Amino acid sequence: MNLATLQREVARAVMIPLTPSERMRRIAPNGKSLAKVAARIIKPNDRLTSFERLEIYNRQYWFRVLDGFSDDFPGLRAILGDRRFDTVAKAYLTECPSRSFTMRDLGSRLESWLRKHPELLIRSAAPSGRHLRRPASSSRFQLALDMVRLEWAEIEAFDSAALPSVGLEVLRHANPARLRLKLQPYIRLLDLRYPVDDLLLAIKHDAGTNVASNAMAERQKRKKVSAVARLLPVPTHLAIHRVDNMVYFRRLEREEFAILAALHHGKTLERAIEAGFRKSRTPIQQQASDASAWFRNWAALGWFCLP
Amino acid sequence: MPANRFNGFTTYGVGIGLRIPHYDHILGKKPACDWFEIISENFMVDGGRPLEVLDRILAQYKVVQHGVSMYFGSAEKLNRQHLRRLKNLARRTGTPWVSDHLCWGSVDGRYTHDLLPMPYTFEAARITAQKIKEVRDYLEVPVVVENVSSYAEFHVSEMTEWEFLNEVVERADCGILLDVNNIYVSSQNHSFNPLTYVNSVPAARVAQIHIAGHSRYRKYILDTHDHPVIDPVWKLYDRAIQRVGHTATLLEWDDRIPSFSEVHNEALKANKYLASASLAAAV
Repeated sequence: MNLATLQREVARAVMIPLTPSERMRRIAPNGKSLAKVAARIIKPNDRLTSFERLEIYNRQYWFRVLDGFSDDFPGLRAILGDRRFDTVAKAYLTECPSRSFTMRDLGSRLESWLRKHPELLIRSAAPSGRHLRRPASSSRFQLALDMVRLEWAEIEAFDSAALPSVGLEVLRHANPARLRLKLQPYIRLLDLRYPVDDLLLAIKHDAGTNVASNAMAERQKRKKVSAVARLLPVPTHLAIHRVDNMVYFRRLEREEFAILAALHHGKTLERAIEAGFRKSRTPIQQQASDASAWFRNWAALGWFCLP
Repeated sequence: MPANRFNGFTTYGVGIGLRIPHYDHILGKKPACDWFEIISENFMVDGGRPLEVLDRILAQYKVVQHGVSMYFGSAEKLNRQHLRRLKNLARRTGTPWVSDHLCWGSVDGRYTHDLLPMPYTFEAARITAQKIKEVRDYLEVPVVVENVSSYAEFHVSEMTEWEFLNEVVERADCGILLDVNNIYVSSQNHSFNPLTYVNSVPAARVAQIHIAGHSRYRKYILDTHDHPVIDPVWKLYDRAIQRVGHTATLLEWDDRIPSFSEVHNEALKANKYLASASLAAAV
C-alpha cells in the first residue's frame, strides 16, 4: 500500500462520525467493516486491537473539531439547544470538513451550508428541558442564520488586516463625485432580521459569570433560552469592527448602513450618500447634518482607507 | 555543541510555550524567560490582537516558531498559502529556526488537525524529505522536525520510528526537535525501550528539545500536555542532554494551564541537567 492510499484510507476512517456513545462505528457509510479496514492497515498490540488503535484517532478528531466549532458558535448553541446544536455541528463537519491549515476557518462555510439544510433547524426538536420554550420553528431558521452570520463576522473582524486610516481632512478636501473610500478589511456589515447582537453579548456575559452550582447554571440556562424564545424580529443593521484590537458590534441606522455598504462596493462618496438616503424618511434638511455626523464618527473610528 | 546550523547557531536556554492565559502576566509583569515558542498558525493572520500581542512579546523576548499543520509527511503537495503566511510570520519574528512535526494530517485538501503517525517506509521518507527541503528553500530558515507521540503502527512499516527519523533528516539534511515526552509516550504505547530511541538520534542534528506531561489511561498513554513532566521523561531528557549537549529546551503545557510561574518553574527544572552537561563539557 503506497503512502497516498494509506493516508486516504486512514483519513476516511478517522473522519467518520462517532456513534451516539462517542465510539468508532463498526460499519463505515460505504458499508465496509471498519474492523477489517483497521486490521488491514494497523498492527494490534498486546493491549489494543487494530480497531481500538484507529478509534483513538477517530475520537480525537471529532473531539477536537467539535470543541473548536462549539467555541466559535456559542450563540448558535444557545438558540438551538445542546442536542440540536450537536446534530448540526456533526452534520456540517461531516459534509464540510476543514479545508484550511487553521481551525479558525472551521465555520467559514456554515452560513451557506445551513441555507441548503434548513430542515436541520426547522424540524421540531425534542426540548432539552421541560420548562424551556423554544421559538417557533419557522423563525428559528432565520434567527439561527443571523446568529451564524454575526459569529462568523466576529471571527473575521478579530484578526483581519487594518490598513492606514484616512482622516476627515481627506474627505473635506476631496471631490465627492470622484472620491472612493474603502472600509477597513476588518469591518463587516450585516443586515439582520433579529437583534442577535444583544443576545450574543448576553450569552457571552453569562458564560463569563462564575457559576457556584449546577442549580444556578441550570437557572441561568433557562433564563438564557427564554430570552431566545422572546426575541422578536427587529431589522438590525450592524458594523462589526475593532477598537484597540477589541471587537465591537455597532448598531447602524438603515441609511448609515446603506452608505457604508455602497462605499464598500466601490461607489463614490456622492453616489454612496445618494444610495444611503434613497427611500429615506429623514427630512432632506436633516440628511446633510446626519451624514456629516456619521462621517465624523466613522473617520474618528478609523474605518476608512484608500482603495 | 550548544549551537549548530539547524538552530541558526543560537544558544537559547529554557523556554515555555506562549499561551493566551499567560498574556496579561507576561505583558504586564515582564517576567524573565529565556525564550517563548509560539504556535505559528495562531499568528498567521493579517492583523488584530494576535499580531499586536506578538509584536509586544517580540519587543521583549526571543521567539521561536513551532507549527502544527505543515504536514511534511502528507502525500499531497504543500499548501502554498500556508507557506506564504509562514514566511511572512518568520520575517516578522526573526525566528532562528522553524519547527513542525514529522507526521501527516491532510488528504486531498481536507485537514484532520491531528498529528497522524507516519508509515515508516522508504517511500514515505523520500516524499517527506523532499517536502522538508522545499519548505526550507522557500522559507530560507533552518527547518527542524519533531517526532510525534503515536497510538498506532502500520503493517507497511519497513523500519523503526527512530530509523525513519534518521532516514528523513539525512535525506533532507535538516535538524531535529527531539521531544523526549513523545518518545516516552510512544515507547509505552508500542513497547520499545525509549533509551534505544534517544541513543539512536544523530546528536549533531538536534536543534531543540521538547519536554511535557501526558495522561496515562488503562491501555495507553495520551500526549495531553496537561501535567508536569514525570521522572522517566526527565531521565530521557538527561540522557539526551548528555548526548547532544546544552540544547534549547522548551516545556509544552497546553491544557488545564496553570499560572505562568508554575509552568515556568517546571520548565526551569531542566537547568539542573543542562548545568551538568555544561560542566561535563568543560571538564
